[in-house]
Amino acid sequence: MSQQSPQMNGTKAWLLTDTPGSAFQAASGRFYLGLLDFFRNRLAVVGLLIIVTLVITALFAPLIAPYDPVAANLANRLQPLSADHWFGTDELGRDIFSRIVWGSRLTLYVIILVAIIAAPVGILVGTVAGFFGGIIDTVLMRITDIFLAFPKLILALAFVAALGPGIENAIIAIAITSWPPYARISRAETITIRNSDFIRAIRLQGAGPLRIITKHIMPLCLSSLIVRVTLDMAGIILTAAGLGFLGLGAQPPSPEWGAMTSAGRSFILDQWWLITMPGTAIFVVSLAFNLLGDGLREVLDPKSDS
Amino acid sequence: MLKVDNLNVVFGHGADKNHAVKEVSFLVNRGESFGLVGESGSGKSTVLNCISGLLSNWYGSIEVDGAPLSHKRPISFYHKVQMVFQDPYGSLHPRHTIDATLKEPIAIHKLGDANQRVERVLSEVGLGPQFRFRYPHQLSGGQRQRVAVARALILEPEIVLLDEPTSALDVSIQAEVLNLLQEIRRERSLTYVLVSHDLAVVSHMCDTISVMNQGETVEIINREQLQTGELKESYTRQLLVASRGYDRQAIDQFQDF
Repeated sequence: MSQQSPQMNGTKAWLLTDTPGSAFQAASGRFYLGLLDFFRNRLAVVGLLIIVTLVITALFAPLIAPYDPVAANLANRLQPLSADHWFGTDELGRDIFSRIVWGSRLTLYVIILVAIIAAPVGILVGTVAGFFGGIIDTVLMRITDIFLAFPKLILALAFVAALGPGIENAIIAIAITSWPPYARISRAETITIRNSDFIRAIRLQGAGPLRIITKHIMPLCLSSLIVRVTLDMAGIILTAAGLGFLGLGAQPPSPEWGAMTSAGRSFILDQWWLITMPGTAIFVVSLAFNLLGDGLREVLDPKSDS
Repeated sequence: MLKVDNLNVVFGHGADKNHAVKEVSFLVNRGESFGLVGESGSGKSTVLNCISGLLSNWYGSIEVDGAPLSHKRPISFYHKVQMVFQDPYGSLHPRHTIDATLKEPIAIHKLGDANQRVERVLSEVGLGPQFRFRYPHQLSGGQRQRVAVARALILEPEIVLLDEPTSALDVSIQAEVLNLLQEIRRERSLTYVLVSHDLAVVSHMCDTISVMNQGETVEIINREQLQTGELKESYTRQLLVASRGYDRQAIDQFQDF
């Protein structure tokens, strides 16, 4: 019954069976159904493809980039688009295509680190506040409110100004400013879940708060959090680029997209490619994350299945 | 086995004060099946929530096996007393398979032999092994309630609290689940406290029945009294008439209590 056959039909039957033989099979079946749902949304697939391309580009940057991204060649400066330099060269004669390829690493580095720092902090603060309520809730949520009261970029600017410019400090600053919405979402979810019968049931079986929060509440908050983080990725990229643009993010000569647009803005009329190419890269990747987030929302929406 | 003495529950303060349960007392002997009946809002589920430990704003005394219970329960309490909830659509974690739901209490109490215990309890509630790795949304209401019963049984309790265990189910499934509960009680010699608004369910399941209205005990009767209709209180008589179905003349004669 649960034999996995090499044919598509066998695998499909194994995944979609009504009587899974193991926890792994049940989880795989569920995952497969989610995947089918996701692939029905064309735009989300486009978003996913762009992000996969971004990841591949970042991984194989040394193989893809034809030139050194930081080596200046003043004899070759401000060259327009050509077969040698697909996206032209910048004011120091560096190949813009190579710089964008290497810059994808920085972009990925920023969003991954911000997601790793901000999402767990947000979900932890939110679920703890929502589950315990009372004074714990008040204290944690007022702290969250303080962070929410500042515009993200302004607060990040203040942190970077205090910590000193640089990509690591930019990441810390963005992470510090992006967890409060996650805490809010998790808290709201937790409050709706907290009094449901399945949480009462597990309490009546002697589960402590730690187990209830981590094993029973967090998995239910996770889907809306993943969607929100994905949609926020675009904002994180823009904030990082904005910090770079203001000279507070990645420092020259590192090929950060925001810093590249900033450097190119004095040439915008005569050498448009200096600012257009990195700007387009930022735009395309942000759009891809938004499309992916929308697709994930449709699949992961907890209201879509009971 | 279970003794409730002068139990009171008050919700809210000042003008919003609601004395939901007033001086409720009863005694349940070992192996007995005790019923709490009343209309919605009569406080019967609140009594159950006090016994289970879900509510802590009560005063009075609750004793299990002669030992008085405090507001905070030790972990050994959950070995003795378990509960089945009314709505099987809300009482199972939507993202956990049946297997995960049933293994959770085993992990909490570090009982070991998780796989064998799960298999045993599933067959006891009449669910085959093919249900074990399904998610709740792949089960019917009756099957879900069987899982809820299995979850209560897996810790091998002595007292099972049943909060309207069949009122969210189809009429055709109700009898099935009630018979299952009867059978399990006989096999495991369990003590039941059953809350219901349905006199037919209670008279089928329970030996002794406490009738509640507006937070107070109206009278405590036994099954024979319910069947012969020898009831002292007019409220109980009215409840019995109401339970026989809609009758224009009877309803015109109803009073408010």
